[in-house]
Amino acid sequence: MEINMAVDEALKSELSKAGIFTTTIEDIYNWGRKSSIWPLQFGLACCAIEMIATAASRFDLARFGAEVFRPSPRQADLMIVAGTVTKKMTPQVVRLYNQMPEPKYVIAMGACAISGGPFKQGYNVLKGIDRFIPVDVHIPGCPPRPEALLHALMTLQRKIDSQRSIGKPEAVTNRAYNDRSEEYLIPRFGEHDLVPTHNPLVFHPTAIKRTE
Amino acid sequence: MTDPLTIRFPSVTFDTATGSYVLPLSIALEVANYLRDDAAYRLDMATNVAGVDWLPQVIKKKVKTSVTNAEGVVEQVESEVSENKPGLMEVVYHLISVEKRKGPLVIRLQTTRENPVVPSLTPVWRGCEFQEREAFDLYGIVFEGHPDLRRIFMWDEFKDFPMRKDYVESDDYEYEPTPHDAVLEKAQKHYPNQT
Repeated sequence: MEINMAVDEALKSELSKAGIFTTTIEDIYNWGRKSSIWPLQFGLACCAIEMIATAASRFDLARFGAEVFRPSPRQADLMIVAGTVTKKMTPQVVRLYNQMPEPKYVIAMGACAISGGPFKQGYNVLKGIDRFIPVDVHIPGCPPRPEALLHALMTLQRKIDSQRSIGKPEAVTNRAYNDRSEEYLIPRFGEHDLVPTHNPLVFHPTAIKRTE
Repeated sequence: MTDPLTIRFPSVTFDTATGSYVLPLSIALEVANYLRDDAAYRLDMATNVAGVDWLPQVIKKKVKTSVTNAEGVVEQVESEVSENKPGLMEVVYHLISVEKRKGPLVIRLQTTRENPVVPSLTPVWRGCEFQEREAFDLYGIVFEGHPDLRRIFMWDEFKDFPMRKDYVESDDYEYEPTPHDAVLEKAQKHYPNQT
């Protein structure tokens, strides 16, 4: 018989009224993880300026425990892709992502990082970083306000909070524990475009229903 | 136009439509040195180097001719004449004189689209180096005498010249949730029911 590790929410609430605090190891573990996210310190374009503003005193990213921007991918667990990803820059971004330890997360910040933005018809801009690396949170905007980045961070915190590190192998969503971690394909510079133009293992565009 | 430049070099032509001088390629370097050093100009800085691609054009004009008809009456007959204008690859330099506080003076070098080779003016104005590399990268214009002619923006393996008018871009419009205008046309090639 499987042991259900999760605490009954109603019981938990009832007990807390009586002054008894109940929790699980996993809850405390996730609370620690989500409250101390270390982003990778790099910016690609103007969105990086908003990211800097978010980290500075007025918006104060430190409230969320994410103020320690690390200059090395090996010490970071969040990649904020802040800005236009050119095709020439793509292999380096994927390489940085590959060098980050699990569990790792990606926020695609701004129109360019999501889809190429205003430059999408250009010959030199990648139409969204989700063509090569898995993105957890997309933020629209050109550039997004610091509040939007904070909202993305809170959304990511909710995601981290809901991840399972123990239990049945298929239920484990924390990639540090489920052996689903992998190195992602680094595109090669081709004669006309990146080769390949997207990683088919990562990029699954949803089928769009067209009405003629 | 009577100015020191066209008096000294009669083969240099002044184009009134654009307010610029067109330099024959054979004397371009000599003219550039003259513009930089001569007391009348002292153009000591090249602020801008740009490539321009002109596709071959067919210009249609309406011409009126007088024709005597069968009854001996002179009539005005309008006929259409088409003129073929060959394609051009052009390099435009904007020159200013910091010393005399004058400028810009615009010079143009014209070459063919098929074999675009022009003399490099980097030996005259060092600031042209990166901008000529840019014109080489995006238009494929070869600058003879350039000290370091490599691609500057695109990667070295790239074969195309993306700012040319006949550039065919790679097709990566497979996912367009809200296409419109030009993107819509490109996205439609990826629609499932398209033949």
